[in-house]
Amino acid sequence: MSTPEKEMTYGDAMKEAIAEEMRRDPTVFLMGEEVGAAGGVFKTLGGLFDEFGPERVIDTPISEAGFTGLGVGAALTGMRPIIEIMFGDFIALAMDQIVNQAAKLRYMTGGQAKVPLTIRATMGAGRSSAAQHSQSLHAWTAHIPGLKVVVPSTPADVKGLIKSAIRDDNPVVVYENKMMYGLKGPVPEGDFVTPFGQADIKREGSDISLIATSRMVHVALAAARTLQADGISVEVVDPRSLVPLDVETLVASVSKTGRAVVID
Amino acid sequence: MDNNHMLEMYRGMLRIRRFEEQIRNVYTAGLMQGLAHLYIGEEAVAVGVCSALKEDDCITSTHRGHGHCIAKGGRLDRMMAEVMGRVTGYCRGKGGSMHIADLSLGILGANGIVGGGFGIAGGSALSAKLRRSGQVTVCFFGDGGSNQGVFFEVMNMSAVWDLPVIFVCENNHYGEYTAADNVAAGKLADRSIPFGIPSAVVDGNDVVAVYEAASATVDRARSKQGPSLIECDTYRYQGHHVGDPGISYRSQEEREAWQAKDPIARFGQRLLDESRTTEAALEAVGAEVEEEVLAAVEAGKAAPFPDVSEVDQHVYA
Repeated sequence: MSTPEKEMTYGDAMKEAIAEEMRRDPTVFLMGEEVGAAGGVFKTLGGLFDEFGPERVIDTPISEAGFTGLGVGAALTGMRPIIEIMFGDFIALAMDQIVNQAAKLRYMTGGQAKVPLTIRATMGAGRSSAAQHSQSLHAWTAHIPGLKVVVPSTPADVKGLIKSAIRDDNPVVVYENKMMYGLKGPVPEGDFVTPFGQADIKREGSDISLIATSRMVHVALAAARTLQADGISVEVVDPRSLVPLDVETLVASVSKTGRAVVID
Repeated sequence: MDNNHMLEMYRGMLRIRRFEEQIRNVYTAGLMQGLAHLYIGEEAVAVGVCSALKEDDCITSTHRGHGHCIAKGGRLDRMMAEVMGRVTGYCRGKGGSMHIADLSLGILGANGIVGGGFGIAGGSALSAKLRRSGQVTVCFFGDGGSNQGVFFEVMNMSAVWDLPVIFVCENNHYGEYTAADNVAAGKLADRSIPFGIPSAVVDGNDVVAVYEAASATVDRARSKQGPSLIECDTYRYQGHHVGDPGISYRSQEEREAWQAKDPIARFGQRLLDESRTTEAALEAVGAEVEEEVLAAVEAGKAAPFPDVSEVDQHVYA
């Protein structure tokens, strides 16, 4: 029997993941710029402030380094903060907190510390907002030992991966492509989490593997449909998490098709 | 303050002094790797502040952090082992001198980034507020750290949200090799004023003055009245780290003037002058401390290094 599903947008699925985790665990709270009564700059967080109040949905000043640092300190002392970096480009302002503090504390304390911090950031171009509001910086963070990095591509994945991120005892950076917030798709009903390190075959094929992340999964799927008309069978593989990376599934796909293109 | 409490503060300062002297020995003997930033001369700050805290209160520390960790209850043997890179150290030898932490004592870590503790301290205070735990957090930093932008960001949020955090600026007048007067505008204690955060300047070589100032700010934080700033005027006897004589950029006259105000000798004399203790009692404390510190060194030397298999452990939880 298949799990009942409902159709929802990527933005709503993201919000539902946060709301469910906040209901489940009183140590989870959300902090960032415009996340409160305004409902987020992309209008994706509506209702959270009304349900959880200003103590758990905290509007911050425009101080990325400062509030990210507060997230690290709160995570170190028993909370599970979710902080939002409105445009992923602004993560550069908080890099010391993320790279030198959040990512390093566990290692440098010999395993004493845990930093269960979820950092949500947007990524992607397409809104003609120039180069300080359009970058995709996921590869940058993926090179930092101590961070996990996820790049969900569908409503179901964003819900399951954010719930995993919040429950993870490590700092996790979740990149949401800002052009996908209105994308609709099926999301399983009820409480479910999507484990990290499990790539998803978004379409099976036998001639070539397109390994695509985030919004590029949809570009790859469109290409697969076009190529099908030419008799080319395309497999689309979505790693879903970059750290940890499901090398096994990627290798298995390419072993089968013998060809690979990375669309990242 | 009763005599026992005062004698314990004397012991606390002496433990730091003797520990740091041994760190210098251990470093020059090649028994430790990395860097060693000594706290000698500033002991009254750590002891005065931490004497005002409860065990479950938190601190963030700095690269010059041994004194803070000792004053907050850190064990000398585990600290020495950590500095020497041994597996029995607080961080299994993976943090070393600049990253000693004991979360069970509220020591949220020394920090290798100047100003690295501001965010963590603010977050710890936010956490305490959300959990309604009643804990306060002290953020130790120096005159050097006071020039980092994140200081101002965290002061701002702490004031807006009335966070139970106390910013303790150890103004030892030099950030690394650079005189604070040459790189810091205005008075450091004034930096919190635009945020509505009260501040005080205290003689950082007077442990009782530091304790009293800290107690007032702790009371304020615990009663939900928000953050405070204390600037402690003090001096680093040694260079920036072992290996820097600290002479070329600081005059002999200046160094001697500060050593004449030594926090430990001065406090010991005060205890005698006020008949709170005896020469014999002070000597006994000195002997006990000496023995404890030397035992920590010996224990460190005897302890094993972490196994090579640990190199990629503890990256992730």
